[in-house]
Amino acid sequence: MRKKVGSLDIYKYLPKINCKKCGEKTCMAFGSQLIERKVELKDCPHLKRESLKSLEEILAPAVREVVFGELPVSIGGEEVLYRHELTYFNQTAIAIDIHDEMGKEELSKRIKFVNNFSHERIGETLTLQAIAIRNRSGDAAKFEKCVEETAKRTKKALILCSWNFEALNKALEIIGHKKPLIYAATKDTWKEVGGLAVKYNCPVAVFADNDISELKSVVNALQRMGIDDIVVDPGSRLGPCTLQLFVMLRRSAMDEDKVLNRPILGVPAAVYLQGGNGLKEAMAASLMMAKYADLIILHNIEIWALLPILTLRQNLYTDPRRPVRVEAGIKEFGSPDENSPVLLTTNFALTYYTVASDIESAKVDCYLIVLDTDGIGVEAAVAGRQLSASRVKKAIDETGIGKKVRHKKMAIPGLAARISGELEQLCGWKILIGPNDSSDIGKFIEGRWKA
Amino acid sequence: MTDISRLIEALKQAEQIEMEGIKVVADELELTVSPLSVLPAVKKVAPEYSVQTFEKPLVKYRGEVSPVRLGNTKAEGGTRNHSITVGGDKTMPFESENPSKPAVAFDVFDMKIPLPSPVRMHFEEVLEDPAEWAKLCVDKYGADMVTIHLISTDPGIKDTTAREAAKTVEDVLQAVKVPMIIGGSGNPDKDPEVLKKAAEAAQGERCLINSVSMNLDYKKIGSACLDNGHAVLSWTQLDINNQKTLNKHLFSIGLKKEDIIMDPTTAPLGYGLEFSFSTMERIRLAALKGDDDLQMPIASGTTNAWGAREAWMKAPEWGDWEKRGPLWEAVTAMSLWLAGCNLFMMICPTSIELFKSMVDVLSSDKKEITDDMNWIGL
Ligand code: B12
Ligand code: SF4
Repeated sequence: MRKKVGSLDIYKYLPKINCKKCGEKTCMAFGSQLIERKVELKDCPHLKRESLKSLEEILAPAVREVVFGELPVSIGGEEVLYRHELTYFNQTAIAIDIHDEMGKEELSKRIKFVNNFSHERIGETLTLQAIAIRNRSGDAAKFEKCVEETAKRTKKALILCSWNFEALNKALEIIGHKKPLIYAATKDTWKEVGGLAVKYNCPVAVFADNDISELKSVVNALQRMGIDDIVVDPGSRLGPCTLQLFVMLRRSAMDEDKVLNRPILGVPAAVYLQGGNGLKEAMAASLMMAKYADLIILHNIEIWALLPILTLRQNLYTDPRRPVRVEAGIKEFGSPDENSPVLLTTNFALTYYTVASDIESAKVDCYLIVLDTDGIGVEAAVAGRQLSASRVKKAIDETGIGKKVRHKKMAIPGLAARISGELEQLCGWKILIGPNDSSDIGKFIEGRWKA
Repeated sequence: MTDISRLIEALKQAEQIEMEGIKVVADELELTVSPLSVLPAVKKVAPEYSVQTFEKPLVKYRGEVSPVRLGNTKAEGGTRNHSITVGGDKTMPFESENPSKPAVAFDVFDMKIPLPSPVRMHFEEVLEDPAEWAKLCVDKYGADMVTIHLISTDPGIKDTTAREAAKTVEDVLQAVKVPMIIGGSGNPDKDPEVLKKAAEAAQGERCLINSVSMNLDYKKIGSACLDNGHAVLSWTQLDINNQKTLNKHLFSIGLKKEDIIMDPTTAPLGYGLEFSFSTMERIRLAALKGDDDLQMPIASGTTNAWGAREAWMKAPEWGDWEKRGPLWEAVTAMSLWLAGCNLFMMICPTSIELFKSMVDVLSSDKKEITDDMNWIGL
């Protein structure tokens, strides 16, 4: 297992002048923030070249980070096997496939889809990162044309997928400067494909079907050519071994294998295209993401399949070190006046954004008091006393909500009903118990609030 | 002189030479190197493919997860057609061995409850009759385990008596011959009595009694399990220390590792799944590293996935509900399996089938999704 870097290992190389230019109080503090990856080496202007080099080496993540694309996408760069040990850093990048025999209409539909796709969830905008262009025809000229067309219509990162060296070569002549990911070098084509990676300074994916020794040999051969930006694809057959390969690759990286410490590419699209369907593909995507895929290629673009995939990615890459919370205080929705309703919720991001989006879609003008519950949701906060009558009273006083409205009436979440009696006594406001789920807020305001 | 001749000999074989900080001291030195092969010194070795061998990174653990067997067949003094063993894992999932095959139990309720339509559509005719509901699960959907939830016993719902609830358990045991899980209503005051009576009614069948927690009379339920030969589900809320404490209490009553399954709570996909995922991973790692208090299989109330609005809301803008809902449950199950979970309590036949089929693909030789690696050309 990798030795954990201590702050003293880092401190040695820092200027030790505590000038605070990095934003930290001391060099020591900067050092520990470096380990947590909350600051970067370039934040310290006083680092000497040699120190910089040593620090870069010490701080290099267990899994090498690879960046590709015109709109750059970073993959890999991971430090731990299990998210609770620190956090996962670079979300699995998601690419959608197209191919060089696709009809014009479908092609532009899919490109547009990737360009425009965005889904708001808990204050985060979830998007797709890349387009994988398949050389389905096997023909170099067709591929070149398709790549050229695609590059004109998108800024998303591109993955050039072909077994044909000539096709890759032609495509790179056109878009090599956009830093696409080249797929794939194999044991038969490593020299030529590696040559392209060197010539165009592009990252390259290595493919070896189900054979890590072969994968390692090809990566090693590319390394000898001076190529560092390598992604590995051990094959996505989804046999009993697929996940084992993924896990072993990631474990090797943690064991300081300097050949296999690469971002992993998984291809759920292969599951779909080989007689599967959207449901199976989504399951394949999920299991690959849960076990270390840093980049996946999908075929299905139905929203019902993308939602769970994107949500799982968001969950897995949530930083366990900081509860996702929003700022406490009063939030205004629409244009509230002195007669508008006052609602209460918690500052747990999931709760807040759910409630906020429900208020927005119900189009009610109102004030929402966001209580500081240390980022805990309603029910758990009631149980843990972060959502208590006295805390709510304090929030009423501190936010000055009493001056914004003429009434003294507030709705609390149904799941916090337990505190309503005590709260009414303590603050003298009339407390209405709202519905359990905020999706009913619109109805609630129309009915109970106005009654 | 011999050194020089050796150098020259060596040069004959080299494709390329790299000189760095060399000082040559000689009277006369004649090197005949063809000008073509004189390259600037670069940090590069000649392209070469050399076969590398990969050695599996070793993982050795001190501990392992105890297997828990559910369902007694005739030979074991019960009336079940088969028994199911969960747990027994020796590594983290897919580390060097595949994880143990997950067990899936179908949820059945003792009264009609509101269900989202992608689930309800499968059970429309049987919602009022738990025995028929269970039968449908087994006969039509191939359930190899069933959970009967005695939720009508909740004083706030129907306040069905423990005796009536026990009768329901008997009916279901009659109707289907698969191993069974018996669940209460979640009411901490009522559950001990209900689950005790149910455990007695199911004596000798080796059911899983669902569940005990810190805030109810776990002694009463635990003892009923011991006396009647059942296993017990030890339920806590995303808190490893609480899980350890509760397990210790159960040990002190006399229950063994082979009698306990842990439910550390399932927060569904999009609604805290990351908590459940990491809690399960941490529990499993602790078990493998030798923590005696956590070396039991893990269970998930995966049905909770339907509490996520992306699952229960029709919301046409989120695409086909009849696919999205079941997928939500199946993805929740799949990710928790990969975190170490062994037993899944699920509700939607579509989700269950999808989850099981993926598990089969991953852990057996069944090659449904296959060989042709040329995905580029498809
Ligand atoms: C995730 C979770 C946790 C996480 C909390 C993460 C976090 N940052 O909140 C962790 C692991 C930390 C946790 C800890 C605990 N938990 Co906990 N936890 C859950 C779980 C699984 C999901 C809760 C959740 O996130 N829901 C989603 C959010 C969005 O829901 P929400 O905040 O309630 O918001 C909704 C509604 O309230 C409503 N709403 C919100 N605001 C408003 C405003 C208005 C005006 C209206 C009308 C509606 C409304 O709409 C929202 C959207 O639907 C639930 C079980 C479950 N229900 O599935 C247990 C649960 C809430 N936890 C529980 C308990 C007991 C605890 C602990 C005390 C025990 C422990 N394990 O140690 C601790 C307390 C920690 C603390 N307070 O410091 C119990 C609470 C029991 C009770 N009723 O008292 C639950 C219900 C589990 C159970 N069945 O026993 N928990
Ligand atoms: S900027 Fe550099 S020298 Fe100055 S305090 Fe930060 S780490 Fe130390």
